[in-house]
Amino acid sequence: MDLGLTASELAFRDELRDWLRQSPPGPTPLEERASFDHRRAWDQRLHAGGWAGVHWPVEYGGRGATLVESAIYNEELARAAAPPPVNVIGLTLAGPTIMTHGDEAQRARFLPPILSAEEIWCQGFSEPGAGSDLAAVATRAHQVDGGWRITGQKVWTSFAHDAQWCLLLARSDPDAPRHKGLTYFLLDMAQDAVQVRPLRTISDTHELNEVFLEDAFVPDAHVLGGVGNGWRVAMTTLGNERSGLVFGKSFQARILLDRLTALADERGLLEDANVATRLGELHIRVEAVRLTAYRNVTSEMQSGQPGPEGSIIKWIWSETDQAITEYAVQLLGIEALDRDSPWAFELLRARGDTIESGTTEIIKNIVAEQVLGLPRLR
Amino acid sequence: MQFAFNEDQREIQRTARELLGRRAPLERVRAAAEAGAYDERLWDEMVALGWPGLAIGERHGGVGLGLVELVAVVEQVGYALAPSPLLADVCAALVIASGGSPAQQARWLPGIATGELTATIATVRHGAAAPMPDADRAGALVFVDGDRASISSAAAVERDAWASVDLTRRYARVRRAADEPLESDVATGLQRAEVALAAELTGLAQRALDVTVAYVKDRKQFAHPIGAFQGVSHRCAEMLALTETARSATYFAAWTADADPEGLAAASSMAKASAGDAARRVAGMAIQAHGGIGFTWEAGLHWIFKRAHADAAQLTDADEHRRRVARLAAQRLRAASTQVAA
Ligand SMILES: Cc1cc2nc3c(=O)[nH]c(=O)nc-3n(C[C@H](O)[C@H](O)[C@H](O)COP(=O)(O)OP(=O)(O)OC[C@H]3O[C@@H](n4cnc5c(N)ncnc54)[C@H](O)[C@@H]3O)c2cc1C
Repeated sequence: MDLGLTASELAFRDELRDWLRQSPPGPTPLEERASFDHRRAWDQRLHAGGWAGVHWPVEYGGRGATLVESAIYNEELARAAAPPPVNVIGLTLAGPTIMTHGDEAQRARFLPPILSAEEIWCQGFSEPGAGSDLAAVATRAHQVDGGWRITGQKVWTSFAHDAQWCLLLARSDPDAPRHKGLTYFLLDMAQDAVQVRPLRTISDTHELNEVFLEDAFVPDAHVLGGVGNGWRVAMTTLGNERSGLVFGKSFQARILLDRLTALADERGLLEDANVATRLGELHIRVEAVRLTAYRNVTSEMQSGQPGPEGSIIKWIWSETDQAITEYAVQLLGIEALDRDSPWAFELLRARGDTIESGTTEIIKNIVAEQVLGLPRLR
Repeated sequence: MQFAFNEDQREIQRTARELLGRRAPLERVRAAAEAGAYDERLWDEMVALGWPGLAIGERHGGVGLGLVELVAVVEQVGYALAPSPLLADVCAALVIASGGSPAQQARWLPGIATGELTATIATVRHGAAAPMPDADRAGALVFVDGDRASISSAAAVERDAWASVDLTRRYARVRRAADEPLESDVATGLQRAEVALAAELTGLAQRALDVTVAYVKDRKQFAHPIGAFQGVSHRCAEMLALTETARSATYFAAWTADADPEGLAAASSMAKASAGDAARRVAGMAIQAHGGIGFTWEAGLHWIFKRAHADAAQLTDADEHRRRVARLAAQRLRAASTQVAA
């Protein structure tokens, strides 16, 4: 057991820290358009500095960072109050999925503009009738000359209003068994047959969309991983989704909790044993998420697979984030519910944590069946 | 960075697991508990393997390994519910090793390391010591009063057997006729002892989880194994999450103790609070998942539940640990903000 960083890990961290000191991200504007522009510009500065997609292999323009280095990277960016990448779907989902399942031409065409944030991606998996039960996807793909025509509806599509490309899961063979009739497409969003409509979320932000497809065209060259192989390709995407983001997020939760603790301390609230007990519990939970994520990194580096602890990280992070924001609002009182208060925003946004990327209930099913080996009813 | 046992540490863990699996199956635990006796042969083997002195320095006749190695063993002792005086023995030794003056260390540690005498520990409230595990056989008794501690020899105390619901260990009420204060870094010793307690608690949680998973795969109701019902399976997933987070915090604290002592105060409190909660809750959930059988003496889940509560009550309780964590976080943040201001 050695939780210290190796010389090369330290060198990686220090180089990044130096770079961040010299080019600090600066505050993210609150207004949505300005915020998007700021974040995209930040993604591009990271790229110019050689700090975009550090976990990508060197041959695709990344740094080939180890899992530990990726964890350090996410912690350091969060520490520097950098905004989350605007091309998060491209960097953590599209890129790795295309690297795993794409052919040479697809890799050459799609990977460089992801890294440089020139092309933003979105993920078109969920539908009105297919959420937790993703294999129920009903959007239909018909083969035509040179490609596919696609008709149907996607929903909860983050970034669709800014995206050039979409990771699209659609049913190419309605007669095949559920999991076998799916194909994974790389869809060009810039066509009239693709209509994006905003959804208003509980935090009153424009984050999510509905996407309507009416004979949208995808050429054969943009089928990813082969016709009828969509489920397998989608599993690669989901695997990256549940593991890729946790370090940055758990560190953001820590920063939020530190801010709350400092506020409570300034106001003398820690003298109250109840307050100290509750805050201490939240610190323990945040730290447990981080430590468990690091244990899982070691499991993955040693065996190539996540350990039993890996599957719980997203779940315990999301519940911890909710607990922090709920307690913050309780402790700070009605002022925290000011429409422009960051605490109110965090309280509301945190409700999405336990729904996006697989709900907590679905994760518990996976833990029960795949980690503990319990039988399933069905 | 490597957040897992290394090869040597895994070997220590494996040895402990195999020995205890053979020597302390649940029937033996029960037989010993009902007889109010320890398995002396098992204790002799533990001594022969050097466990009491695992984390005692070589100059005092110990093995000279660190807290990580000790945690690897103690977790297995908890998993096996081993009827033995090991836990209180190593906790007391950790307090003596940090809290004792050189002379005190030289007086007490060699005997503990070789198993010639056992040691025990309890907290003092309003002048009276809480019931002490294994006090009947102990040659060295450590009393913790706030951030101070003192030690007595067997000759300097009076003891009366005290009946706990936790029969896997024997307890006594102890009155001190004479004791001598430990003069060095008692706080660090206590923090290290809390980590050892957390290790045993993590082992107890894992045992409750394993027993439950096996049972719910097997037991059928409504024509299905009960583990297929989400009310049951999601509970099991929660038991896993509690156990794994307790383990993360405990291993981290053990590593911190030797490699980053500045961080030990916070890490040890996090470990004890989360492992104490995990073991108590997982053991309770295990009883629930077994239904009526879980409530019986025969099923044996109560041994885990009782020992979890007894261990969690040793030294500092979970809520006080949480308050410590909050105060340490506030201190860290104040230090960081004055640094920025300066
Ligand atoms: C902020 C946010 C961003 C998102 N971004 C995207 C995106 O970019 N692209 C995309 O494709 N999707 C996205 N999603 C959609 C997300 O993946 C789905 O909302 C999620 O998978 C749940 O599906 P659903 O909404 O249809 O709910 P349902 O599947 O209908 O679930 C409703 C409730 O039933 C429970 N439930 C369902 N099945 C079971 C079961 N078998 N056992 C126990 N409980 C069950 C669920 O846990 C939930 O509590 C996003 C969602 C959110 C909140």
